[in-house]
Amino acid sequence: MAIIPVDRRPLSFAERTYLPQIISGLSTTWKRLVAPKETLEYPEQRPEIPANYRGVPTLVKDPHGREKCVSCQLCEFVCPPKAIRITPGDIPADSENAHVEKAPKEFEIDMLRCIFCGLCQEVCPEEAIWLQKQYSMTGYTRAEMVNDKQRLYELGGTLPDDHFKWDRKKEAEEAAAQGGHH
Amino acid sequence: MIQPAKPDLVTVNIDGKEIAVPKGTNVIDAARQVGVDVPHYCYHPKLSVVGNCRMCLVELGMPAVDPVSKAPIMDPATGRQKVNWIPRPQIGCATYASQGLHIRTQTAQIKDCREGVTEFLLINHPLDCPICDKAGECMLQEQSTGYGRGYSRFIENKNVKPKRTLLGPRVVLDDERCILCSRCIRFCKEVAKDDVLGFIDRGSYSTLTCYPGKALENNYSLNTVDICPVGALTSTDFRFKMRVWFLKQTNSIDTESSVGANTVVWSREGVIHRITPRRNDEVNDTWMADSGRLLYKAVGAENRLASKETLDALIASAADVLTDAEGAIAVVGSGRSSVEEQFLTRKLADAVKARVFLVARSGAGDGILISSDRNPNVRGALITGLIDKLPSERLDTLAGGIDSGEIKAVISVGEDLTSAGITPEQLGKISIVHFGTHANSTSDAAKVVVPTLTVFEKAGTFVNQQFRLQKFAKAVPAKPGMHDDLDALSRLTAAMGGASLPSDLHELWEVLTKELPALATTTYRTLPETGLLLDATPWSGLRFPEGETLHFKPAASEEGVKA
Repeated sequence: MAIIPVDRRPLSFAERTYLPQIISGLSTTWKRLVAPKETLEYPEQRPEIPANYRGVPTLVKDPHGREKCVSCQLCEFVCPPKAIRITPGDIPADSENAHVEKAPKEFEIDMLRCIFCGLCQEVCPEEAIWLQKQYSMTGYTRAEMVNDKQRLYELGGTLPDDHFKWDRKKEAEEAAAQGGHH
Repeated sequence: MIQPAKPDLVTVNIDGKEIAVPKGTNVIDAARQVGVDVPHYCYHPKLSVVGNCRMCLVELGMPAVDPVSKAPIMDPATGRQKVNWIPRPQIGCATYASQGLHIRTQTAQIKDCREGVTEFLLINHPLDCPICDKAGECMLQEQSTGYGRGYSRFIENKNVKPKRTLLGPRVVLDDERCILCSRCIRFCKEVAKDDVLGFIDRGSYSTLTCYPGKALENNYSLNTVDICPVGALTSTDFRFKMRVWFLKQTNSIDTESSVGANTVVWSREGVIHRITPRRNDEVNDTWMADSGRLLYKAVGAENRLASKETLDALIASAADVLTDAEGAIAVVGSGRSSVEEQFLTRKLADAVKARVFLVARSGAGDGILISSDRNPNVRGALITGLIDKLPSERLDTLAGGIDSGEIKAVISVGEDLTSAGITPEQLGKISIVHFGTHANSTSDAAKVVVPTLTVFEKAGTFVNQQFRLQKFAKAVPAKPGMHDDLDALSRLTAAMGGASLPSDLHELWEVLTKELPALATTTYRTLPETGLLLDATPWSGLRFPEGETLHFKPAASEEGVKA
């Protein structure tokens, strides 16, 4: 490494008084005192969340209250930090959603692992998992930070559905039973 | 059944690549040998050819010759013999290689055909891959990726068919997914010899069904699930349990009889989810029995043995028990142990100067993939020198020895003495050191119990009825409190003053290769996945109990002995 000699000039008179620095510093302070506030009094005040915000992943139901997840486990597969754990199960034949056949027995998302990347929402073929606007997850224990199926549906609620794919399937089955299209 | 390939070779040209294949090989198999994939659904290498899915269409041509003089007609543009292409595509599965056959699989016409077939198959397909157990290993899913159009032009209503018909106790049929390839029907007719399945109705009403009053309940029914190219047939045991892409595949061997069917164990995070057959054309083709698929349940069984003591403590107390009974010890080895374990059992028996017994297990053979010898590895015991004649089912000699007081201690390696004819009173008279996986009356009566591993938790080799040495690998880790059989046996041998033998499988194989002439040519590492046929002549005089099964005929000399 080459050695570069630094030229250390002596301070000028104005600099030795420190007045220019004090004045410029205080002017910033006075400006901020009268300007409108840019910070929020969190948690009393909450920020505006943009529409495409990626918050806590949740499970949602369709407008008829059917759980949309069919436990295909694609989100579990795609999840980069392996935060999702699904135990698949079947829907009993006497259920009103028996035509869907499959639903999760247990569904856990470990919020200590989740990185809010949104890949689970993107990969879901049933539009059952959504990253909602909630961003604050806290808890006293590690176990509390794992959202189980019940909690995920509490957080998720119901979202509008454009497709009603399974309802149409059921209608077709009912029509076929009455001698419609076989 | 496809005819066995005759040894004479013919040269065929597939997409410009020439390859010599045995006459009688069909185009799909020939193309596979040069790395060209011809998509197909209904064709299965071990079943008869029906040619009803039309997915394997290829263009065929023969070198042009003058009709009169038979002289080759040359193409002036290329300077090579002209090829007369058949204008319309032909199915590859039912076309057998003949000398000079030219095959094109990548032309625009063929691509068109495949896209057309795929579109027709998909118009009535429910597209419920998210809930379908076949997703991830589904041929329709794979071919749709390659030849599907990504959207549907079908605006009519899809067919509605029954979604969960129970064809038998282990197989569920989803009729909407069925593409009517008839593989399952042919399997039942040709391999399982239980012709219960068939199609009824015509056109889009066609449905797979069982013969009235019958069910698909033979012991090979789950093979139909394996060969189903779509998710129409699913296994009740595996249904909705786990997606296949999470599962780790480990090669293993079916232990239910001396056939030694090759298997794949599918596990995730130390839990086994299913067992499927692995293709071995010399042993089990691509099949296995349903009963062998459920053996994995033994791993997590309620009565699994485990101990809180360390292996050192267990071996020390076992050694104490055996030293007290010195000179009056018997060893009961097992035809279920691997070759390596049987070798160590022999060494242990040598160290304690014990007489060795083995328990035979027999049942009715089904002539397909279950033989009448229900021990997977009796021949291994012969090869390792553990026994020199075939075992009997009852340990009457041992029982006599216990009654006369000649035998005061028994080392049981994985065998239940009660089921082999030793009464509880006799068990009370002796001290038992038991190596075993599950609790039974022997482990209850034993002074020392060393919990060991099931076939899924360890690696090793078995010798099947053909004297084929086959290896199995460790699929899942053992739970705490269970000890490796090799480790336990070698430590006990050393504790009893015997030879110090390695407990590591690969190191042990170096000893096996040196000491056992039958295994001199191989090691565990170099043993092929399809097994190695050993020289059976030293044991040709023995009358093995097996009858004829798939790819196995009892030796002619035995027939002579019986006659």
